[in-house]
Amino acid sequence: MIPLWMYLIVAAAVFAIGVYGVLARRNAVAILMSVELMLSAVNINLVAFWRYLTPQNMSGQVFAAFVFVVAAAEAAVGLAIVISIYRSRRSVVVEDVNLLKG
Amino acid sequence: MNEFNFLQSLPAIAPEIGLVITAIVLLALDSGVPFVYAGLPESRRKGLALVTAASLIMTALVSVAVWSPTPETTGLYWGGMIRYDVLALVFKVMILFAGGITALIAVDSEGVGNKGEFYLIMVVSTLGACLISGAADLIMLFVALETTTIPLYVLAGFKRNDNRSSESGMKYFLFGSFASAILLYGLSLLYGFSGQTNLYAIAEYLSSGAFSANAFPVLAALVLILVGFGFKISAVPFHFWTPDVYEGAPTPVTAFLSVASKAGSFALLMRFLLAVFPASVVINGQEIQNFWATLVAALAVVSMTFGNVVALAQRNVKRLLAYSSIAQAGYTLIGLAAVQATATSTGAEAVAAITYYMFMYTFTNLLAFAVIIVFSEATGTEQISDLAGLSRRSPWMALVLTIALLSLAGVPPAAGFFGKFFLFNAAVQANLVWLAIVGVLNSIVALFYYLVIIKVMYVDKGKDEDKPIPISRAYLYVMGVVSVIVVLLGTIGVQPIFDWALQGARALLNV
Repeated sequence: MIPLWMYLIVAAAVFAIGVYGVLARRNAVAILMSVELMLSAVNINLVAFWRYLTPQNMSGQVFAAFVFVVAAAEAAVGLAIVISIYRSRRSVVVEDVNLLKG
Repeated sequence: MNEFNFLQSLPAIAPEIGLVITAIVLLALDSGVPFVYAGLPESRRKGLALVTAASLIMTALVSVAVWSPTPETTGLYWGGMIRYDVLALVFKVMILFAGGITALIAVDSEGVGNKGEFYLIMVVSTLGACLISGAADLIMLFVALETTTIPLYVLAGFKRNDNRSSESGMKYFLFGSFASAILLYGLSLLYGFSGQTNLYAIAEYLSSGAFSANAFPVLAALVLILVGFGFKISAVPFHFWTPDVYEGAPTPVTAFLSVASKAGSFALLMRFLLAVFPASVVINGQEIQNFWATLVAALAVVSMTFGNVVALAQRNVKRLLAYSSIAQAGYTLIGLAAVQATATSTGAEAVAAITYYMFMYTFTNLLAFAVIIVFSEATGTEQISDLAGLSRRSPWMALVLTIALLSLAGVPPAAGFFGKFFLFNAAVQANLVWLAIVGVLNSIVALFYYLVIIKVMYVDKGKDEDKPIPISRAYLYVMGVVSVIVVLLGTIGVQPIFDWALQGARALLNV
């Protein structure tokens, strides 16, 4: 069987890619996708830990299910905000959205 | 875990049940019930503010009067998801009051106060903040945090046609979701190391010595979680979003988000750190508590110093209050760093100091924002220089803002003085004299920029001095009552509130 640490390495790699995407991307939708990548890494972690360490206790799986649900809610709100930005400025590039600074 | 008893479990979430009912009633009043009721007409939607405020404040009062936890009933409920104790109740009360006052000061705000959905979304966010303060499980903690913040993203971008508001919503959303993802990764690691999701079960597992291989992974998880919380309470260096979001969001939303989500996050931060990593958790000879206390002390110093120094240069009053709130988070973190004292009695005093500080901060900050709402609705500006001559245009508003600013600065008889006194006292008791000195020096810097605003209002000559600013009766009452509360909290209210907070602290620390 594949050992646990391999799953953890994959999750860490996916998480790191997500963090890089959030910091390096300039498009709000791409940043949102990178955040989703980070959440997927969390889910890999949760499910792997659950399967290998405490398969008798469901809490890890329940946690992963809640992460899905919340991520969906977050994406819905986020995309709505991005659309409202796009309607008024015709751009979703974060640098163009710069009325507030100081 | 005890056998599940439905009726005994209900008091633990009584305020939340009240909030859900409020939300349903608001939705029905706003949009109507098919075949039964057509919903309020546009012109009468403002009445929803009164419904919201009355219901939230009643919920707070009834929870204290009827469902106050006793030592026998304190404990974990709903399968270990919620901890029912006095500390959670104190925070729930302040969050409910914050929601109620926000509803009242939002009434005349253009594009916000006459929209039913504003009150509905705000009540849902209040619900999340209430759940946070009692959360005792990683799953509950995460879901409650998101229930608080997702509505706040919507509220920050509430004025769709206002570019500044939608920009504020987008920035809050991007930073907020990034922070939650980091927090969540930390939580997933913590779950992996202990195999438990309940905070108290994790602590039990970690202090039993079963996880003795290496302290490093636990510390890494702890750091990730602290980064996530740092974003929520806007501590430096995780504060980028704060000034922009505070400035761009509709002012009632700024008021709400500066107090409710902050109070909830502090309640959770205290519970999390003290429940999962108490002094008994020693991994591989390293005391985890020393590690997080040092980290929190460092965050406190940078937040206070950065917030206060940058606030000196601000011209927009909402932006100034944003930096001031970063500094206030720094002061509050002093108390958290002081909890690590070995004697549990001083630890309890530090927790009580944080609670008292958040309590008075909630009322003080809402008071300051109430004045700013009235002022900017009447004049259309938020610049500090435009406040010139306010004492002649509207003496009451000038007086109320003065009380709020003096309280934020920590000048007696306003409540802020005792708030700061308790925090610095806790630091001295915990042998962190240097931290208390940094705090005092910072308070002096802060006093300067608060006094500048007061000087502008009372001394400077403005160009519209002959035009008085009208205050509607609703605002007059709200500002009057809240400023009386702020002064009372700093005089005769200190002892009862601090004792109540101390009771909560003892419940948290089990002493």
